[in-house]
Amino acid sequence: MTVAAGRQAPIYQGTRIPGPIPTVLQVDPAVREDGDILEVNFGPNHPSTHGVLRLIVELNGERVEGVEAVIGYLHTGFEKNMEQKTWWKAITYPERIDYLSFQINELAFVLAIEKLLGVQPPPKATWMRTLLCELSRIHSHLIWLGTGALELGAISLLWYCFRERDAVLDLFELVTGVRMHTRYFQAGGLAEDIPAGFFTECRKFADMFPARVDEYEALLDRQAIWLERTKGIGLLSAEDAIALGQSGPVLRASGIDWDLRKTQPYLAYDQIDFDIPVYTNGDVYDRYKVRMDEMRQSTRIVQQCLDGMPEGPWIVDDRKIVLPPRHELHTSMESLIHHFKLVTEGYRVPAGEVYVGVESARGELGCYVVSDGGPKPWRVKFRAPSFVALEATATTVRDGLVADLIAILGSLDTVMGDCDR
Amino acid sequence: MSWEDVPGFIETREDRGEVTVVVETAKLREAATYLRDERGFNFLSDIAATDYLGWNERTVAGYWGHRSGRDINLPGSWGLARKPAPKENRFSLSYQLLVLVSGAREAPRLRLQAWCDDGEPVPSVVSIWPTADWHEREAFDLMGIVFEGHPSLKRILMDDDWEGHPLRKDYPIGGEPVRFSGAE
Repeated sequence: MTVAAGRQAPIYQGTRIPGPIPTVLQVDPAVREDGDILEVNFGPNHPSTHGVLRLIVELNGERVEGVEAVIGYLHTGFEKNMEQKTWWKAITYPERIDYLSFQINELAFVLAIEKLLGVQPPPKATWMRTLLCELSRIHSHLIWLGTGALELGAISLLWYCFRERDAVLDLFELVTGVRMHTRYFQAGGLAEDIPAGFFTECRKFADMFPARVDEYEALLDRQAIWLERTKGIGLLSAEDAIALGQSGPVLRASGIDWDLRKTQPYLAYDQIDFDIPVYTNGDVYDRYKVRMDEMRQSTRIVQQCLDGMPEGPWIVDDRKIVLPPRHELHTSMESLIHHFKLVTEGYRVPAGEVYVGVESARGELGCYVVSDGGPKPWRVKFRAPSFVALEATATTVRDGLVADLIAILGSLDTVMGDCDR
Repeated sequence: MSWEDVPGFIETREDRGEVTVVVETAKLREAATYLRDERGFNFLSDIAATDYLGWNERTVAGYWGHRSGRDINLPGSWGLARKPAPKENRFSLSYQLLVLVSGAREAPRLRLQAWCDDGEPVPSVVSIWPTADWHEREAFDLMGIVFEGHPSLKRILMDDDWEGHPLRKDYPIGGEPVRFSGAE
């Protein structure tokens, strides 16, 4: 489903990024002179801000003349906290940063550790990670769709989306024992083997899910209100999207065929057949279409992962970084020592700096890690896709109405935990 | 690929398949413009500031708790296995660049790095990559790096009246008094 042959007309001429501050839309002095400018605080506690985002909106009637996003209300110092924890304890933190696509966040950090360590996880772990990351993507898109449609008045969709989301969480619970924040990925592979019943249950879900996506689309795609409120709203051109660092579905809705799973294949993505949905209008509707198609593609990937799941070990056999099997602790002194050392002191990671970028449900999720050779990360920095997505607020709401603001914010799909870290 | 003709070029490192080009801080904007216009690095993924205070000295990153609480200044239970090479400056700024071409099936990346000390201004790249706006504000907020030429350099994640820069290594951990609004 790549771009239709022949480039369509540009979404708009020139650039719409406001100046001099690219992220703040300032009221035109002439309008401020004679207009009736009303300054409204949108958030930080507003049901459609997807968390605690505050927008200072300046309105002229219904028109948005000025907007500035104020973030930081959910800043919890994850990066600082991670510097205080041993490498393997720090793995629990990234998941809590973006609490909707948690497995992908965990993956970015684990891949960074593995890159520093020079460890290659066994194929079974790689494939299972691919599978779980795609389920995470489905999970994240379901919540985006449910809440995004809810905000525009399509209330019933929320219940359908949360029904399927619950099925995904059941699968996570089946594999890892917990529904969210699973901490299933370890440096070197997976925490535990895949339980026997998982494959049948997951296949049931993968067989059922595409029809459900069709159902959602049937509810929205022929609904006049939905179309009216999403088509031609929140425009973002390809050039502006790149300049503003947008990635993921927002970028692909602006006509750019770019997905790190294809351009910089990691995990098992280079052995899997899937398409990148690309739409060219750069509006809220196209962002919705991209995500709907992505859910279908993710299901395809899940099915291929189920078919191609290799046999064998789920974690590398390196006792310096991986816990010994539980049963060995009763019989082997070495295993006991390794277990004790790993749990108390953790493992040391060779000095160096790496940047790992993965395609999260929201776009490029980067993890920059510096190690000094000690048992704790020296510095961890996340390139949070939600943080970058909100930089596009001023550009996308330009010339919009206050009601569109909600549709546009929803279409950028920000998670404030991810944004503020 | 040769990077010597990047303005202000100091050195290039290749480690674990990642290329880092270190440039003079004063020439950062020229280097960024050159990389964007001549080398096609049109996409700025991230700006990561790192504080190297205490690097190579004690195991600041490896202390352990004891009965009277935690003390960041106590040496760890064991030292570093091998001391990493010392750094000349305190802060590094890593600009993760990317060549983003629609329909491409490769993602060439480059880490542009500049070093600075406390209070030393760094040229802003907002005019080159608008996305740098918030990244630079974050580096200012959490690391205290001053960007010269940034259109609106103010705190972004912490409160406007916050004191100190939390991600610096000398920022105290824990024991931060809870501030209630309206309290004297």
